[in-house]
Amino acid sequence: MSDRPLDRDAPRRAENPPQQAAVKRRAPTDRDRRKLRVAIAFIAPALVFYAAFVLVPLGMSVYYSLQRWDGIGRLRFVGLKNYLIVLTDPDLLQIIGNAFNLILYFTLIPIALGLAVASVIRGHMSGTFGTVTRTVLFLPQVIPLVAAGIAWSWMFASTGLVNQLLTAVGLGSLARGWLGDFTFALPAVGMIGAWVLLGLCTMLLVTGIAKIDTSIYEAAELDGAGKWQELIYITIPALRQEIGVCVTVTVIAALASFDIVYIATAGGPGISTMVPGLEIYRLAFAHRQVGLASALAIVLMVLVLLCILPVQWFARPKR
Amino acid sequence: MIEARTNALLARLMLIALMAVTLLPFLSMFSAALAPSGTYPAGLQWPSDPQWGNFVRAFELANMTKLLWSSSLIVLGVVPVSVLIATMAGFGLSRIDKGRGKWLYLVFVLGLTLPFEAVITPLYYEVKALGILNTRMALILPLIGLFMPFSVYWMRAHFLNVPSELGEAAEVDGASEWKQFWLIQVPIARPAIMSLSILLFLWTWNQFLLPVVLVQDPEQRTMAGALGAFQGQWGTDVPLLCAGALLILTPTVLLFLIFQRQFVAALLQGSVKG
Repeated sequence: MSDRPLDRDAPRRAENPPQQAAVKRRAPTDRDRRKLRVAIAFIAPALVFYAAFVLVPLGMSVYYSLQRWDGIGRLRFVGLKNYLIVLTDPDLLQIIGNAFNLILYFTLIPIALGLAVASVIRGHMSGTFGTVTRTVLFLPQVIPLVAAGIAWSWMFASTGLVNQLLTAVGLGSLARGWLGDFTFALPAVGMIGAWVLLGLCTMLLVTGIAKIDTSIYEAAELDGAGKWQELIYITIPALRQEIGVCVTVTVIAALASFDIVYIATAGGPGISTMVPGLEIYRLAFAHRQVGLASALAIVLMVLVLLCILPVQWFARPKR
Repeated sequence: MIEARTNALLARLMLIALMAVTLLPFLSMFSAALAPSGTYPAGLQWPSDPQWGNFVRAFELANMTKLLWSSSLIVLGVVPVSVLIATMAGFGLSRIDKGRGKWLYLVFVLGLTLPFEAVITPLYYEVKALGILNTRMALILPLIGLFMPFSVYWMRAHFLNVPSELGEAAEVDGASEWKQFWLIQVPIARPAIMSLSILLFLWTWNQFLLPVVLVQDPEQRTMAGALGAFQGQWGTDVPLLCAGALLILTPTVLLFLIFQRQFVAALLQGSVKG
């Protein structure tokens, strides 16, 4: 690929090797410098927007998080007090815990079901049936989450389809207004997220499993491996990258959830379904505690990173 | 043989079950939308006297024509600019991949997992200071910035896969970088640009947090943001709310059905790279 410049340098280097190498390391050539300048010119517009609407607000979030501010009056520096509140206040801790609780539903259910489907199909989905399946399973990815929230608020309502189905199979005693129930509201919100992410994860895993060489499975079957062993020793390791993608997408969706909760429960009953995203909004704009809201925002950002980085590391492609 | 066939059958049954779970909420909304306005219908039940008029009423109450117009304007403000500057940046970054400018790429990647909630409060004050609060610009400008990490990452990944001989050949011909970018690189990048445009269109159209915080007037919002306001106003009228929600999700679903193949490819690749 880049052997031409090397060839050009070769004779000169042979004349006076040590000096040439030293010069090269200290100062890049005019050509390199020009290349960097041109590249930066291409990058500049994107960088300006990114800096103006991501980096600057992020810096301001950090700054606000160290202040006490009602959004109108004077800012008062309070050091790390807001962070101390975020990490000790029982309500805020429960709210952060709720987000982690949602991971159980947003992440585990779609990946478990997706793996089950993928390992049964174990190949491409072709023909009309494949197209129809793909189209239907992707629908939740295309509609606004707000619409999913409205649809499921109706599904979980007292006269909704969930209770109707429960009554139909003789479990009418379990029927309730799911989203208004202190115990069941959070799992119900979790199921909405699982519904949204189910199709995406299934399709990712089905696409991934189609790439595994089928002879591996045949060999394993000859050796007397059962379905469970195939899943643990062949499918999951081979799908490491795809599973990594599913975990990343779904964990971010759970920790940073806002739309679904805002529409379906607004955090209630009590704070049983309140999540950090919604609490930031409430603190900053309803309660005028901009400092505390910003501290929670920074904590949320760090929590997402702490959850995602190990996943990325485990799922990185093997060299 | 027999096992293979039972497997295929089992696979089909599982997929049909998954599809049923996916479609039931839509069907349930549809049946509710046809019940008389203001009543509490049952979850799934074909009404004896379907009230198609609910859709007309929801269309008028939600001011759908204006909403479609508003959302389209926002998409037109966000997507072309984002795609253009991200393509340029992706190209630029791919050219200094091994040089001293590498850290610039890391700066962009930093924003990939950033939840929008982490910057929404300062964005409010920033947009207010710019004097564009409650206008469509309050959504367009920040969204372009917020989409940059993914878009730049996406386009850079594409350009890294383009053989570098292509650019070098053009350099020998004496083509300036700008000419080389438009005449050689952009045409090759068309599939990547297509997918990115689809993803950005969906993310803009369905964006909810920004409109809720930055724009009071539902008619200046995105479709999703307007639906939030519609729920606030008509939330107690289940048939009307369901009719409104169905109307609001129709445009993207229609586009999705028409460009099914491109959407699926974009969404699959989009999550893999993101």
